Amino acid sequence: MPYLGDEHTVRELRRALSNPNVQADHLRYRNTIHRVIRVMSQGQDVSGLYSEMVKACATVDIVQKKLVYVFLCSYASLNPELSLLVINTLRKDCSDHNPMVRSLALRNMCNLRLPGLSQYVQQPLTVGLKDKAACVRRVAVLGWAKIHSLQPNTEMGRYTHIIHSLQPNTEMDVAVVNELYGLLRDPDPVVMVNCLRALEEILQEEGGVAINKPIAHHLLNRLKLCDVWGQSEVLAVLQRYRPRGEDELFDILSLLDPALLSHHAPVMAATLRLFLSLCSTLPAVCMSALERARGPLLAAAGSTSRELRYAALCHIQLLLRSEPGLLGEHYKRFFCGYAEPPYIKQNKMQVLVELVNDDNVAMVLDELRGYCTDVNTETSQTAINAIGSIGRSYTDRCLAILTGLLGLKQEHITSAVLQTLRDLVWVCPQCGDAVCSALEGWEDNLQDSQGRGALLWLLGVYGDRVTGAPYLLEDCIDGVRSEVSAEVKTELLTATLRLFLSRPAETQDMMGRLLVYCIEEEVDMCVRDQALLYYRLLHCGIEEVRQVLQGGRRSDPSLGPLIGRPPEPISQWASIFNTLEPLTLGASTVGNSDPVTPKLSTLTPNTLTSNAEAMTPTPGDPHLPDCSSGALSLSVSPALTPEEFERLWLQLEKGACLEVCVACPVPRCSPEGLQVALQLVNIQTLAFTPPNTHPWRVYLYTHTSHISTKTPHTLILAELLHTGGEGEKEEEEEGEEEGEREEEGEKEGEGEKEGEKEEEEEGEGEKEGEEEGDKEGEEEGDGEREKEKGLLVVMRQHPGDQTALRGFLSVLTTVLHTLSTHTACTYTA
Amino acid sequence: MISQVFILSSKGDHLIYKDFRGEAGKDAVNKFYEMVTALTGGQPPVVMKHKELHFVHIRQGGLYWVATTKADASPFTIIEFLNRLTALVKDYCGCLSEKSVQMNFALIYELLDEVVDFGYIQTTSTDILKNFIQTEAVSSKPFSLFDLSNVGLFGADTQQNKVAPSAAATRPIVSSQGEQGGKNEIFVDVIERMSVVIGANGVLMKADIEGEIRVKCYMPSCSEMRIGLNEEFSIGKSQLSGYGAAVRVDECSFHQAVRLDEFDTYRILKVCPSQGEQTVMQYQLCDDLPTAPPFRLFPSIERDSGGRLLMYLKLRCDLPPKSLSQELSSPDQSAELQPKNKAVHWEIPRFPGGAQLSALFKLEVSGLSAASLQEVGPVSLNFELPKYTSTGLQIRFLRLSPIQPGPSQRWVRYVTHSDSYTIRI
Repeated sequence: MPYLGDEHTVRELRRALSNPNVQADHLRYRNTIHRVIRVMSQGQDVSGLYSEMVKACATVDIVQKKLVYVFLCSYASLNPELSLLVINTLRKDCSDHNPMVRSLALRNMCNLRLPGLSQYVQQPLTVGLKDKAACVRRVAVLGWAKIHSLQPNTEMGRYTHIIHSLQPNTEMDVAVVNELYGLLRDPDPVVMVNCLRALEEILQEEGGVAINKPIAHHLLNRLKLCDVWGQSEVLAVLQRYRPRGEDELFDILSLLDPALLSHHAPVMAATLRLFLSLCSTLPAVCMSALERARGPLLAAAGSTSRELRYAALCHIQLLLRSEPGLLGEHYKRFFCGYAEPPYIKQNKMQVLVELVNDDNVAMVLDELRGYCTDVNTETSQTAINAIGSIGRSYTDRCLAILTGLLGLKQEHITSAVLQTLRDLVWVCPQCGDAVCSALEGWEDNLQDSQGRGALLWLLGVYGDRVTGAPYLLEDCIDGVRSEVSAEVKTELLTATLRLFLSRPAETQDMMGRLLVYCIEEEVDMCVRDQALLYYRLLHCGIEEVRQVLQGGRRSDPSLGPLIGRPPEPISQWASIFNTLEPLTLGASTVGNSDPVTPKLSTLTPNTLTSNAEAMTPTPGDPHLPDCSSGALSLSVSPALTPEEFERLWLQLEKGACLEVCVACPVPRCSPEGLQVALQLVNIQTLAFTPPNTHPWRVYLYTHTSHISTKTPHTLILAELLHTGGEGEKEEEEEGEEEGEREEEGEKEGEGEKEGEKEEEEEGEGEKEGEEEGDKEGEEEGDGEREKEKGLLVVMRQHPGDQTALRGFLSVLTTVLHTLSTHTACTYTA
Repeated sequence: MISQVFILSSKGDHLIYKDFRGEAGKDAVNKFYEMVTALTGGQPPVVMKHKELHFVHIRQGGLYWVATTKADASPFTIIEFLNRLTALVKDYCGCLSEKSVQMNFALIYELLDEVVDFGYIQTTSTDILKNFIQTEAVSSKPFSLFDLSNVGLFGADTQQNKVAPSAAATRPIVSSQGEQGGKNEIFVDVIERMSVVIGANGVLMKADIEGEIRVKCYMPSCSEMRIGLNEEFSIGKSQLSGYGAAVRVDECSFHQAVRLDEFDTYRILKVCPSQGEQTVMQYQLCDDLPTAPPFRLFPSIERDSGGRLLMYLKLRCDLPPKSLSQELSSPDQSAELQPKNKAVHWEIPRFPGGAQLSALFKLEVSGLSAASLQEVGPVSLNFELPKYTSTGLQIRFLRLSPIQPGPSQRWVRYVTHSDSYTIRI
């Protein structure tokens, strides 16, 4: 940060530093140096004073020395030549009779970070390792690590004249490493821990310190002597040790057990992590360790330091992924304090959602209801969302609260409630009635575009049951000119069309006006295209419109079981426990409301890599039209000619290619219907075989781009293939698989597990599809089994981008599911 | 391992910057400030990442205390380290503020130098550190030029400190060495934080207490201290016996330096306090308070004929009358409307036990409807109850051995803070 009078200050300081009168009076001298450091830490460049400061280094006054060292270490790399002058003074200090001076000199000598440093430092460091004073040994041990970290950067050419006087580095390292291993037995615990740290760095390429049985036991026995910092570091290193047998393992565990209850969060977390890694094969022990650590974790979550609270809360969320019942009775600990910052409140609410059970649901909802009127709008929105998530299992109570909130007539609350209701209705269609009655007599004028979008969606879907729906829509249509959000406009278009299907007489006129406006005057291309699309769709006939638009109003019945996520195995998150990752993941791990992703994680084998990202929700919007899949957006332009498509298709054959089988029957709509539906989500169909032919194929393409990450656009080409029952070759394969499947079926659960394993390992689409198809087939009865075989999706991509591919696939499957509404009906019935 | 540590003022001024490993450039400081100020309200700020560098920060005393790391370090360790660093700075400088950090930057550099080496935490114990920083204490005299203005700062700070007892001992531990006599003090504080939720119907919905015994020692040498707790102190639910006076906590943990050989039978903690502040015992109690919550509120909210919102609040303090100051010296209450928080702030400087206060607020609210009455609330109380512990934990005695030469003073203080005391309407 440049200050006014920058140079002036430096000049003045230089004058003062070189003034013999000042130098004679050591108090004044020190004060001047003090000022230099002050200026330096304010961010000013005072490197020009280096030579004066070097002179100031030669003093008996320890405080002055310390001050000067702070300066020298900051600027040494800019003045390597001058720094060599300091080294002499420092080396002299290294043999001072005062251990404090020795350690100070040694530490700062290593801190200079000069390329040619090691030759000067090695000798004092070697002596330092054998020093009588522990504080010198501590510094010396870490000094070796510092020297080691400098070595790779040594510019050999420039310093050859020094190199020849050195022993070869490797030999030196071997000697040092042995010495350091020996010093693990040093009586001073900090020296011991520092040895571990230094060895970890020096041996980094070999995987760190070798922890054999004697070392491990030595460390464990000395653990109590270390302070909390040392303990947590030793515990971290011990993770690499594998006990020989169960006896040894349990000896270690019982030795560590008290540390699980430590009221120092770092020690507790490190111990728990060690437990989890040692007992990765013993889930029961892990569980009991989690239970033991519950108290300290809760204490950390209620700590005075809000940062510590946050860290604890994030880790509690991890724990809950495996053991949802762990904290059920302690739900009150997660009630928010009035003065807590919003990020902690939101985190606590996410935990509360996970803790809900029959006993506490009333209390939790009551509490959450209180947060809905929080002054901070984000907090109140989180609270409303939380109620919505609980609503999936306790629908009636939550609906009562949510509809009650509408009565407050607060803009941000109403908007959040509408969005929550929209999401809730999607998952739990049975609450449609309550939503309709809430919408009855609606007269609010919402400003928030997302809330308005949700309202329009609800009006479109439930228009037949809400008396005032046409009037509400009419108001919007009349005001469409002043509407700024394109999202709302597309929503309005869809809602109007949907309403037209159920109440044509009242809607026709205004729909005409809206279409005219959007086609003639609208400047936003997306809105205009959509209006055009609907216009043409209407030309196709009312049945077509119905098929395309009303498909989206029923939720995917397969969502039911997904609402309650099964507990994950601990190993899923044990590796990120006590790292920074849970804190950066923060909000995104919990509240997975996405209907498609969980299914995908069984579809695409590479998402199974225990990567937490795979669990983050992608699409937020359940409905079709702008189903842009969260951050992913698809677009059909630039257009591709069939020739180009063919060329690319063949060209990419060897490249990024993924075959996935989706458990979805062939859409029973006409090819045009399919084309329109896919166009709605910006997927272009290029060619397809007529319906009811086998094999049935469709070729599609789209361009994807991430809104958030700004990754380059990728082009995805895809082929939908339904082999049906007739194809001869397919028949054979199918027969084989059928046999296999039946065998598996006989083996019951075991067989299924094996099947899943195979999926993961092989990563082939076929079998998964088989599985999925199998499940569906069972639900529908044997007769349809044959026909309901999955669709094979072959995707090629340029350039490769897994997330985009997944996003595309999820969009595609959603569309396909929606189009096969007939089957959905049979489920619900 | 920690790559850099720096302290920024809330305005982004660089106060302290120390690079331990030379892995990241100094521009990280500005980058951090850019990122932290760009955060929106909902984003959790504690950990941020820029390229390979993780920033972990805490806020204390209005300052950003930041540690950066490249390795995937334990968040608990780094956060606790930063907390400990602030505690150390507080011990050595007397209080935490931008000014005190600025004044004592040389001391803080020295502290950092001793506490962390090459990014590894060496020690944070004042006992060990004082051997290294001690010299500084002597030599900090020359800084008296700055310290002259410091004196006023500390003096003023103790007086105007509203959070009184727990923070009363705000003077640097080291400077006490210079001025002998009367400064040989030891403070033992029992501090409880209450978080209570009372439902609209007056039912106690939640009542948690987190308590700790904190020792702040100014004695240069103190070999052993024995702290006697209530004899009927019990831990855990199972031990709840028939005694009415039993003091019970759910969970309890001790500082690792505390020896507990006499704890089981006599409830005596033995500890050798090091200079500075440390927490020797922490305990929690959930839901099962031995006494009624200290404050009850009887609200009535209505709309008057003129469309104004009427809030009539009657607040009663259910503590025994003696537990607080007896005089009811026409309390200088004040109330103000905070439009930013949409809150009415009612300040009561003194509230004797057993007394009752009431207030009537009339608010002009635009567009007031019957439904908006539901939106009123909750009432959140912020208070401090001196000489009171809600668990009933008491310190029977405090003995130092061997007997200190010269005058030594021992102080035992009790205080209950409101962590969050919410009453729904």
